[in-house]
Amino acid sequence: MHEMSLAENIIQLIEDAALEQQFTQVITVWLEIGQLACVEKESLRFYFDVVAQDSIARQSKLEIIEIPGQALCNQCNQDILITAYHAACPHCGSYALQVTQGNEMRIKELEVK
Amino acid sequence: MCTTCGCGIGQTRINGKSMQPHQHSDKPLNYRPHKHSHAHEHNPAPAATDLSSNTVHFGTGIADTHAPGMSQARMIKIERDILATNNRYADENRRYLSEHGIFALNLVSSPGSGKTTLLVKTIEMLRSKLPIAVIEGDQQTDHDAARIRATGIPAIQINTGKGCHLDAHMVRHAIQQLPLQNNSLLFIENVGNLVCPSGFDLGEAHKIVTLSVTEGEDKPLKYPDMFHAADLMLLNKCDLLPHLTFDVDLAIEYAHRIHPAMPVLQISATQGSGMPEWVDWIMAGCRSVATAKQNLKQFDFTFD
Repeated sequence: MHEMSLAENIIQLIEDAALEQQFTQVITVWLEIGQLACVEKESLRFYFDVVAQDSIARQSKLEIIEIPGQALCNQCNQDILITAYHAACPHCGSYALQVTQGNEMRIKELEVK
Repeated sequence: MCTTCGCGIGQTRINGKSMQPHQHSDKPLNYRPHKHSHAHEHNPAPAATDLSSNTVHFGTGIADTHAPGMSQARMIKIERDILATNNRYADENRRYLSEHGIFALNLVSSPGSGKTTLLVKTIEMLRSKLPIAVIEGDQQTDHDAARIRATGIPAIQINTGKGCHLDAHMVRHAIQQLPLQNNSLLFIENVGNLVCPSGFDLGEAHKIVTLSVTEGEDKPLKYPDMFHAADLMLLNKCDLLPHLTFDVDLAIEYAHRIHPAMPVLQISATQGSGMPEWVDWIMAGCRSVATAKQNLKQFDFTFD
């Protein structure tokens, strides 16, 4: 449900950028969403289309770049890839992981004219 | 939710009153048709100027071409957090709270874990030690704020309408309306929801997640974001354990899979077990915030 708030926030940031950078139409929006971020991507796409309708981002294409989850294992000190917070280290089985990447929710760039 | 900005205003009510008027930033918000100042502007096609060669490039867009009369598509780097606006309000709240020595806790859990009962009992134990105030978040009704006010403590009720979480902007309004004293304690009871509130910083010192033993042990695995975001887990209703099959060790192990080393306190808000440890934890936080405020003052004095 909070994906609607996220979509509204995305549109607001786009509109802020439109004022600053003088563009009137958005063609493509690139987001970076971490694999561990609390975002349901399909839900975000749905709400983005709804919210964008009344904005300069209407009919824009939403591209989502998935950022893989990464963690440092505190036990064996290796960098590992994880897809969920409850993952165990594939090398030593420890759950003592320190997440280093994967909870991002960012607007990366826009294609505009 | 506000149809202008989606901030939750419109249906959001604080103590039953609509959150009006509202301002979101210094910049006008004009991305809806009724305020479309830019929708019909026709700026010339952007052209890049290369000062070193005195050349104006029209073909610098991603298409590398320019057709007369056609605007050129171009790429713009944004590189901003989607929740940047919320986070800015959260930073303002955090600065205000730390400058006034206010220790703020954001209480999160699923509905029915006993947050409000926990709050009432905590207030009874702490009210003689320091000033306390409460911000209550629910979709509807002011029942929870009424329960807090019955203890004699000031409470503001935020009704989020259809919204599933409190955000930093709502909390800022509530902070402005509350009689908050210096060196005090502020509880923010979030909407009962183990999902959405995890991503929204309110400016609090800590998120505290409450899990009750009448729920499943595997809640931390099912709702990992919240347990990852929290700094302390309260395992509530422990007085009911003799009547249940809830496995305390397993629940704590699951919580630690998500958030290694997160402290866990086993409590019963109604019967009082574990409550002294919880109150000690709060008082330690209040002292560190008050000390930080004192240091801040001395720092200011040094550079005056």
